[in-house]
Amino acid sequence: MTSAAPLPVYRRPKPVWRRLVARPVGLAALLVLATLALVAVLAPYLSPKDPNFLDLMNAGAPPDAEHLLGSDSAGRDILSRLIWGSRTTLSGVVITVVTALLAGVPTGMAAGYFGGRTDAFLSWISDVMQAVPAMIILLVVAAGSRSHFVVLMAAVGIIMAPGYFRVARAAARSVSREDYITAAQVAGLGHGVILRRHVAPGILAAVTIQTALAAGIAMGIQAGLQFLGIGQSNVPSWGAMMADGFRFMLTNPWLLFWPSLALGVAIAALALLGSTLADVMRSRSPRPADAAEAVADGATAPATPAPEMDAGAETALRVDNLRVRYRNGGTVTEVVHGISFSVRPGEVLGIVGESGSGKSQTVYSLLDLLPANGASTADGIYLRGKPIHALPEKERARLLGSAFGYVPQEPMSNLDPSYRIGHQLCEPLMVVHGLGRGEARARVRDVLAKVGIRDIDRVMRSYPHEISGGMAQRVLIAGAILGQPSVLLADEPTTALDVTVQAEVLQLLRDLRAETGMALVLITHNFGVVADLCDRVIVMRGGHVIERGPVAEIFAHARHPYTRALIEASADIDTSRRELDRMARRTESEAVQG
Amino acid sequence: MLLFLLKRIGAGLVLLVAATAGTFFLAHLAISDPTAALLGSTATPEQQAALALKLGLDRPVLVQFLDWAGHAVRGDLGLSWRSFQPVSEQILQRVPVTLSIVTFALLLAALFGTLFGVLAGLNPGGVFDRVIQAVTVVLFALPGFWLSLVLVLWFAVRLQWFPAIGYVSPADSMTGWLRSITRPSVSLALGAIVMVAEQLRNQVMTVSRLDYIRTLKSRGLPKSRIRMHVLRNAAPTAITVLAVMFTGLLSGAVVVEAIFSMPGLGQLTQSSAQMGDIPMLLGITAATVFFLVLVYILLDIVLGWVNPKVRIR
Repeated sequence: MTSAAPLPVYRRPKPVWRRLVARPVGLAALLVLATLALVAVLAPYLSPKDPNFLDLMNAGAPPDAEHLLGSDSAGRDILSRLIWGSRTTLSGVVITVVTALLAGVPTGMAAGYFGGRTDAFLSWISDVMQAVPAMIILLVVAAGSRSHFVVLMAAVGIIMAPGYFRVARAAARSVSREDYITAAQVAGLGHGVILRRHVAPGILAAVTIQTALAAGIAMGIQAGLQFLGIGQSNVPSWGAMMADGFRFMLTNPWLLFWPSLALGVAIAALALLGSTLADVMRSRSPRPADAAEAVADGATAPATPAPEMDAGAETALRVDNLRVRYRNGGTVTEVVHGISFSVRPGEVLGIVGESGSGKSQTVYSLLDLLPANGASTADGIYLRGKPIHALPEKERARLLGSAFGYVPQEPMSNLDPSYRIGHQLCEPLMVVHGLGRGEARARVRDVLAKVGIRDIDRVMRSYPHEISGGMAQRVLIAGAILGQPSVLLADEPTTALDVTVQAEVLQLLRDLRAETGMALVLITHNFGVVADLCDRVIVMRGGHVIERGPVAEIFAHARHPYTRALIEASADIDTSRRELDRMARRTESEAVQG
Repeated sequence: MLLFLLKRIGAGLVLLVAATAGTFFLAHLAISDPTAALLGSTATPEQQAALALKLGLDRPVLVQFLDWAGHAVRGDLGLSWRSFQPVSEQILQRVPVTLSIVTFALLLAALFGTLFGVLAGLNPGGVFDRVIQAVTVVLFALPGFWLSLVLVLWFAVRLQWFPAIGYVSPADSMTGWLRSITRPSVSLALGAIVMVAEQLRNQVMTVSRLDYIRTLKSRGLPKSRIRMHVLRNAAPTAITVLAVMFTGLLSGAVVVEAIFSMPGLGQLTQSSAQMGDIPMLLGITAATVFFLVLVYILLDIVLGWVNPKVRIR
């Protein structure tokens, strides 16, 4: 186990085929398919007999020196028929896949790229094709074309085209939204050029994976047709051999065994090739198997509980030397390199940095809600002086909602779309805090009023898609403070909102802090927000804390050039004006309180 | 909701027309001389011409189709070219067989596919997940009909458990019916179970990683409650997968019926295609697509009921 993995060095990724060959399964699948292709090409030289030579005297004979695998029910040499059958199988698959590619990919690309009516029309055709039972069409084509091999295999390809259409459409859709495509459009490149030069490479991975799977399915359908007796009788095929074997399986199971084995191995190789390709090409996505190891890694680091006194009873939250690691494929990447900070009750601590600096990871590890392939270690995490970093998972989970509140970044993706807002907010009160239905509803109404929602009844009855983004963020803040937490962790709570709503939400957080005395840890990339709300600030970059101090001090004398750059980036007219507003409001409220 | 339903029904009608017209013209294009196929190689040109006149083949293809469609709207699917019996009668005879197999297979797929998929998706990397992944590859590699073969061999013949082939009507014997459809259904369902399980596993895993699940966890909800939220949001996918599976099972039934000698729609399709019995093929297409349209409309209603977002539109 590589728990002491060195810091990752960025390396150019190896080409796909090399990563594929590096995996035993990928290599094995490729070897099987290469062998099959070789056998198919060299069939005339490899085949010991004429595959169609009938030797009725020898019907169903067991293997001997002349017929290595024996003879079938008409006395034809099984080995020779297997070899020639591979030729039939492969050529059929090639025809099918090429047809499906030609019919599905360009249309799918067009649908995904142009969207709108083109998409609606093409998608409808694709749906219609999928709704019609394929076998009926194939049987009609077979009857009509007198089982012409090429025509029939091409028909299979047409039937399989919607699979490619779907994949190409989805891939083209996501590629079309990338900035470089928009840039190309603005630059005046024609649609044809953009599709060919920019969209096509972007969908290559998805189409390659689909091809491996489609080839496997095509083999199955082809064998099924041959098994039904569709196809010319003088063309040796695995499916026809299976049909023959089926009739005599009680007396001679080997007749069924050999073609089944050949077909099974070929399709399995394609399926494994497809899944390995998917793994290799999308190696950035976490693989579930790695999760356990990553967590085990975390456990090996010594967790030395610091003396209680050190923790300081006056801090709401203190974090010592927090590290977060992710495991992707075979490599462990540390994204947060031992950061420490503390926050007092009623204080607002800003954690500032650009995306990728490890801010959100810090929040998730405090909540113990890292994704499955992530793990965190810390010398100490203290909640009101009580060490929590060594607590078992279950007790740690009990802190959620009661000690920690969490406000996420993106309001619309953080509400469950299938439940009414009222239910989502009442549920934790009833399940976690043991309130009755009536009490829970009353408390939710209180909190919703507190976060500034006026038509409470309507909001509680609404589904998330029926309310605005600003409203959703208020609901999420309500969800975070339902259990009266002592620490509120807010992860970019205003980034997804428009400017006027941003100001309202910041004001709301400020009011809540004043009212409840909870500590607020505010994650942001915007120094304007920091100036607006925070007492102290730490600046993160690349998983390290590079600067810390009271807000006024940092604004006045930032030592690190990176901090200065961040401040400059945020200091547009808008934020300056809000800063002035804030100061005005603060004097006002102090005057009222005094 | 009513407008939504009307739209769906309209789309279904268009699909019905498109599918039957497609089959009609494809069949006429493919089977250029139906009388030859019907009469066999010994027929004289005069006999062929007489039959063509009798079947109305001397008319333009478009007129033939419109004539057929006009009658079909009134529920008259015409006469088979082979037996000169009403097409609808023969189809109705066959429907119970195919529907028995397909419905039973779908039930099995819904029950076990959902169960396995959810168990694997909730514990990715766990024993269950790995077993399902392995079985998926194995079953994917073995075409459905291969499994049917093994089933026939072992359960029916060696162990004398079930009758090897044939169909028993529930009107004759309820237990006989169950025994006769068990093996075809199971062999049809095995592939479907794996496909449903695989897709559900992926969907459950996808939903589990969504932002709102993490946010729900952050409010302290226990695992059992989080699971409910995950399953609730994976449900529309499960329903869609099962409805789409229905089409796949109808195709698979053609092969399975051949293997188990079940006198169902699949067998009728195969023999009609071989004989060039175009009215019968048309009738089967129309009946199947009609049925599928019903299934998809039902699906849309259920989805609208399950998914609040769809309900609004």
